[in-house]
Amino acid sequence: MVESEDVRKIARLADIGIDENELTEFTDQCSRILTYFEMLDALPAGSGIDRGLINVFREDEITPSLSQEESLQNAASTENGYFKAPRVM
Amino acid sequence: MAKTLKYSCTDSINAFITTVSETLYEDGPLSGVTIGVKDNISTKGIETTCGSHILKGYIPPYDAHVITLLKASGAAIVGKTNMDEFGMGTTTENSSYGPTLNPHDTGRVPGGSSGGSAAAVAAKLCDMSIGSDTGGSIRCPAAFCGIVGLKPTYSRVSRFGLVAYANSLEQIGPMAPDVMGVSRLFSVLAGYDSRDSTSVDRPYTHTPDPSIDGLRIGLPSEFFGEGVDPTVAERVKEAVGVLESAGATAVPCTMPSMSHALAAYYVICTSEASSNLARFDGIRYGPGGDLRKSWHEEFSDRRKELFGKEVRRRIILGTFSLAAGYYGRYYHKAQTARQMVRDDFTRLFQDVDLIAGPTMPTIAFKLAEKSDPLQMYLSDILTVPANLAGVPAISVPCGKVDGMPVGLQLIGRHFEDEKVIDAAFAYEQEAN
Repeated sequence: MVESEDVRKIARLADIGIDENELTEFTDQCSRILTYFEMLDALPAGSGIDRGLINVFREDEITPSLSQEESLQNAASTENGYFKAPRVM
Repeated sequence: MAKTLKYSCTDSINAFITTVSETLYEDGPLSGVTIGVKDNISTKGIETTCGSHILKGYIPPYDAHVITLLKASGAAIVGKTNMDEFGMGTTTENSSYGPTLNPHDTGRVPGGSSGGSAAAVAAKLCDMSIGSDTGGSIRCPAAFCGIVGLKPTYSRVSRFGLVAYANSLEQIGPMAPDVMGVSRLFSVLAGYDSRDSTSVDRPYTHTPDPSIDGLRIGLPSEFFGEGVDPTVAERVKEAVGVLESAGATAVPCTMPSMSHALAAYYVICTSEASSNLARFDGIRYGPGGDLRKSWHEEFSDRRKELFGKEVRRRIILGTFSLAAGYYGRYYHKAQTARQMVRDDFTRLFQDVDLIAGPTMPTIAFKLAEKSDPLQMYLSDILTVPANLAGVPAISVPCGKVDGMPVGLQLIGRHFEDEKVIDAAFAYEQEAN
């Protein structure tokens, strides 16, 4: 069960904007879905997944990659080979 | 010697987001075969939107590994197929470019999320297609549209260039009108790629063999019980009967982990999605941003405007499941449930070679029938176990209910895609 304030907070953390007129709908839907998820809490904690996997590493060698032009080609706004983005601070 | 293929089609079912009017192809095992590619697979020089407005206009600067393989095989890529935005849906109605319609009944959905890929093959707009399957996204639309679709063993096909939604679950796979077509396409797609760190060197060189004498097929009661339309269950049992007459033995069994599989799947896929989709800021690719706003304000506004509701809902659910204070109750317990599914398969596969059941619990839904998200999620119950365990699964058409196709799902052991394909081929040969 979640309240609209929880959804508003989570949406802010995830940088997903929510309009005030959507908040009730999102809260209601998420609440029902999370209530469904709660059945999992009855399970033992377990030890996670046993996939029998090992990490795959490679030597730290330079290999062919995208050029700067190719990397920037889909950006709407660039300057001197950089992406232009809104200020963070 | 490269040849040119000119392509156009009357796409009245909205199967394609983009078509390629002229494409070059080489000699090879798939020379000149027309292929539709799901729009979450990167194609150099061809717009790749993932069914989302946030990637409108995005032209990948590189090919996915499977596209490199397809081009080398001589296949002609004729278009990018419609899909639920970022693969999030079971109907293709969550596309920002409008829903795809089911060619068998345009008042119904084609399934999803690879709905465009399935509908394009079913409507004969292309010879074959590729899709991706995170929780049933190849098998569901294959079943609803009456074609064959394979979700390979996890790691058998490179995910390099597949736009990530839930990495631990998804695989690219082949879709075609018949099992032989799926087998031909899979032989091109499977194999090792160093750019996908989960890739395993298990190429596929098999030719389908319909001799299944002695094959043991498990029928979990959960696949035929509550929530499954009895007429669909009946049709699938008849299909299993066809396999029995070809020499297979049906073995009743149970899969108790099914009770928690769907909840586990949705916790895991939304958690992985909330992380993966953080890269879509509209800045490095996409429409750009209002540089006068602050970062969080701009990022938040832009994602509200350009992501559909289902994508935003899943990011919220995933962020919630991973949040401090909830992680232990949701994400960690989902891993327990996932291991239970794997353990169930391991146990069952000591006694049987394959598991059979319906691909989907019903026939294709009517458009707008699944407007409630949780109701839509519940329809994935029969397809998600294979993704949670990473085992191969195929959907092959097995007749109709109310004029709509029904899919027989066959699930096998890890790396026994060949056996899954053989059984589907045997059914197809016996039934036709």
